[in-house]
Amino acid sequence: MSKQHAQLPDVFTRWFAARGWAPRAHQLALLEKARAGKSSLLIAPTGGGKTLAGFLPTLVELHEQSEKPKAAKDRKLTSTGRGIRREGGLHTLYISPLKALAVDIARNLETPVAEMKLPIRLETRTGDTPTSKRQRQRRDPPDILLTTPEQLALLLATADAPFLFGSLKRVILDELHSLVLSKRGDLLSLGLARLFTLAPDLVTVGLSATVAEPDELCRFLVPQPPDGQRRADLVIAEPGAQPDVSMLDTTERLPWAGHSARHALSEVYDLIKTHKTTLIFVNTRSQAEFMFQALWGINDDNLAIALHHGSLDVAQRRKVEDAMAAGKLRAVVATSSLDLGIDWGDVDLVVNIGAPKGSSRLLQRIGRANHRLDEPSKAVLVPSNRFEVLECTAAIAAVAENAQDTPPLRTGALDVLAQHVLGRAVGEPFLSDELYDEVRAAAPYAKLARSDFDGVIDFVATGGYALKAYERFAKIRQGKDGRWRITHPNVAQRYRMNIGTIVEADMLKVRLVRSRRSTTVIPRGGRVLGQVEEYFIEGLTPGDTFVFAGEILRYEALVENEVYASRSNASDPKVPAYEGGKFPLSTYLASRVRDILADPKAWGALPAQVREWLEIQKWRSLLPPANDLLVETFPRAAKNYLVCYPFEGRLAHQTLGMLLTRRLERWGLKPLGFVANEYALAVWGLGDMGLRISKGNDLAKGGLSLAELFAEDMLGDDLEAWLDESALMKRTFRTCAIIAGLIERRFPGEEKTRRQLTISTDLVYDVLRKHQADHILLRAARADAATGLLDIKRLSEMLSRVQGRIVHKRLDHVSPLAVPVMLEIGRETVYGEAADTLLAEAADELIKEAMN
Amino acid sequence: MPGHDIVVASIPLLCDPSGALYWPEHGLLAVSDLHLEKGSSFARRGMLLPPYDTAATLARLTKLIAHYAPRIVVALGDSFHDGGGPSRLSVEDRDSIAALQRGRDWIWITGNHDPEPADGIGGVFQHALALEALTFRHLPSGAAGEIAGHLHPVAKISHRGRAVRRRCFAADDARLVMPAFGEFTGGLNIRDAAFADLFGTLAFTAHMLGEDRLYAFAAKRCLPG
Repeated sequence: MSKQHAQLPDVFTRWFAARGWAPRAHQLALLEKARAGKSSLLIAPTGGGKTLAGFLPTLVELHEQSEKPKAAKDRKLTSTGRGIRREGGLHTLYISPLKALAVDIARNLETPVAEMKLPIRLETRTGDTPTSKRQRQRRDPPDILLTTPEQLALLLATADAPFLFGSLKRVILDELHSLVLSKRGDLLSLGLARLFTLAPDLVTVGLSATVAEPDELCRFLVPQPPDGQRRADLVIAEPGAQPDVSMLDTTERLPWAGHSARHALSEVYDLIKTHKTTLIFVNTRSQAEFMFQALWGINDDNLAIALHHGSLDVAQRRKVEDAMAAGKLRAVVATSSLDLGIDWGDVDLVVNIGAPKGSSRLLQRIGRANHRLDEPSKAVLVPSNRFEVLECTAAIAAVAENAQDTPPLRTGALDVLAQHVLGRAVGEPFLSDELYDEVRAAAPYAKLARSDFDGVIDFVATGGYALKAYERFAKIRQGKDGRWRITHPNVAQRYRMNIGTIVEADMLKVRLVRSRRSTTVIPRGGRVLGQVEEYFIEGLTPGDTFVFAGEILRYEALVENEVYASRSNASDPKVPAYEGGKFPLSTYLASRVRDILADPKAWGALPAQVREWLEIQKWRSLLPPANDLLVETFPRAAKNYLVCYPFEGRLAHQTLGMLLTRRLERWGLKPLGFVANEYALAVWGLGDMGLRISKGNDLAKGGLSLAELFAEDMLGDDLEAWLDESALMKRTFRTCAIIAGLIERRFPGEEKTRRQLTISTDLVYDVLRKHQADHILLRAARADAATGLLDIKRLSEMLSRVQGRIVHKRLDHVSPLAVPVMLEIGRETVYGEAADTLLAEAADELIKEAMN
Repeated sequence: MPGHDIVVASIPLLCDPSGALYWPEHGLLAVSDLHLEKGSSFARRGMLLPPYDTAATLARLTKLIAHYAPRIVVALGDSFHDGGGPSRLSVEDRDSIAALQRGRDWIWITGNHDPEPADGIGGVFQHALALEALTFRHLPSGAAGEIAGHLHPVAKISHRGRAVRRRCFAADDARLVMPAFGEFTGGLNIRDAAFADLFGTLAFTAHMLGEDRLYAFAAKRCLPG
């Protein structure tokens, strides 16, 4: 028996042996770190016994504690000078991003605890935990508590937090790679910083899938010193078998554009038939709807194929999950709603439809197949168009190298900090200086400037307005002792109602009704199918058809907060509703795709049709070197087109399109609109951009400089002007305003009374921009826009990369490479027009008709 | 003149893209639902909305008054978001109201948010104002010749896959509902039953406020929601 084995108590060794297992090296390594009092990050593949590894030190410690005769049976209270501390009490806190995961893990953990007869009490605490149990948990905490970041924030914002957490020895953070990507990670980091203050002996264990920069996660796990960095120790488990990933070798014609993968339908169906259980991942809800519909359309064998996405009714989702776990399904078509967590039983194939978007993302999805380490997971990628073939090829190469492209650690958001500051005041009065130091111990906030911190305090207190009008309405106020405290118990109650960083879009219920055409009165009270975003419905006119919950529906009416829709027998829904994938193509994959394009020697791996497409492009136009930006111009049907290929994702391209059209407008080139896809951007207008470019760089002499057109300064005034009216920016602002507590959330059921109390965030945005453009919430929203819906950061990096590297090709016709984006015209919403232009156009059209 | 001609009860009126109504014959300028001090009204209840709404609304009103130089200004009710609004006015805002009132008649029509006359804000208080064939009152009753507010009408048009939602005047030949003028005021879609009740049918027009002109759409061409 090795030396490491010796640290495992007998009862554990016996338990492992009885199951025919041996403790894994990384499980023992974590135990050793724990014995040395060190925080650590474990990176392990799915199925690697990660969870047990995380809990093993706690189980061992609690077991050893109970063995010691001195361990008092009745828990002693001792004064620590700054509160009461108990012996015993809460020992380990487990935090997961999903409520369901916490419950699942608790269940799995109960087995070893029961089998080894360990004297350990473990409980979950989620939004579903009854009030009586929650109160009891605060008075008499279990040894292990499994919960979510939001529940931790709520617990910290209570007067007994020092009592509850004073005894805490360990925090286990599960799925850390996913938690740190969002504002929930910011909130968690602040909660963690608080825990380090309350429980000086605290160590942390992070559990993560493979990431590009494990060192950053290691920083997240330990308090950061004011100057310099500190990291948790890193433990890397042995990787599982190399996954078997291939691209579907279709015999069909590959589409030029679109995301439906319709061409590969029967081939995907054959894959389902020849496997036990297949997980079919798609990128968007509407792709999921389409794929599900289409598969059932050819399901002659009546295979059990189900649908799963985040907008479906919860009951329906649970049904699918249960059927999946029971092995009753042959396939599930799913979006990222199934990306995380829970064990799905015997999946033997993952099919990824469309663009993989990123290497790490694909690896995590593939990990969902086959939870046994020693067997390779099997995955098939199905590109839905020619560009996606390039992306899939790049992704397969990246997976083979196990290359990771997870994004870097976030800079902590100011709106989340505002929420935390209020929570701290709700918990107990605080001193600014102390809180500033505590907050900077959280890795995402390590570089927080004092002025920003003070700005946040000011915001929480009185709104942070230059016009000091609200002193008498302050939510927190500084006492004579210098400590900030809440001004009214009401503030605490409202804080608790509005906690969390997940802000749902305004959603509307979709209710199935009979068609209006048969009766004149809209029938009420059909089945609720799920929820859609309000802005999606805003674009619809009654009578439009769309796909939802696996059916083609006809939009009938909006009644109060519900969308009434009837079944339609239309075969082709009128509204394609392709919501761009939430995740843009990763920078890493994009650069690999550019490399493939630039290097004909790499084309050997591509399907013949794609090779031919690129050959013709080379002959008709050109293929740009990997770091150059190709700009093509050509006339078509009385309009002039400019197409460029930045490969930076739809969001960045949309922003670029918006800014380019502004600039072209100013230069008199009369742009009419643009469309963007993941790879390219096409702008069209009346002015001949190609001719102007060929006349040289001088605008005054009728020229047009591409260097100037793509100059980085478009991110200055043009961007600012556009942000004034951008709906995306307003949506971003709304999220910040709600998280920061300026606007309160709307709750289902309370809609009507609440509506009177709430105010449109768009109005607040307009007023703030006009009167206090540097307000802290606007700054928070701008920081979000940089990486979020507008992806300005990526655009800025691209503009800087292509400086002096723009290649113009003036053509007589559309080039092969341009075809995919050109095909999006008419299919995609056209951006670029100011709302007034639309109104004028609509009014002019209607003038021809009688106004009655 | 950016205004947009409209005839109500055979009287020619001018709708301004800012949401004000001008009656040239009498030099009468009407604005509705200013909801002054709405920001502080929310702040009082714990939601610290920007305190700039009153100043912003008054600034727009100042521009309008400079442009039309009206003899009479009618504030068509809900001029303050709540009864305590007038007492929360900042000194500057109170002064700018006084300056606007100088040299003209100023009528505060009472509304449901501000049913009682208030001190320190000048003007005269009335429940309604009848002049020739027109009656100005806050709550619409549907009577012929009525110019009312209260409902905050907005209209929505969808074109080329994009929806545009704007404040609007809702009017037929006999009556008109004014858009809300206040900075922080939301709206009620003209396809709501409240408007059909008022106009009897959907046979009325929405005059949507654009940047510098109005756009007229038949109500039944506008989208609900």
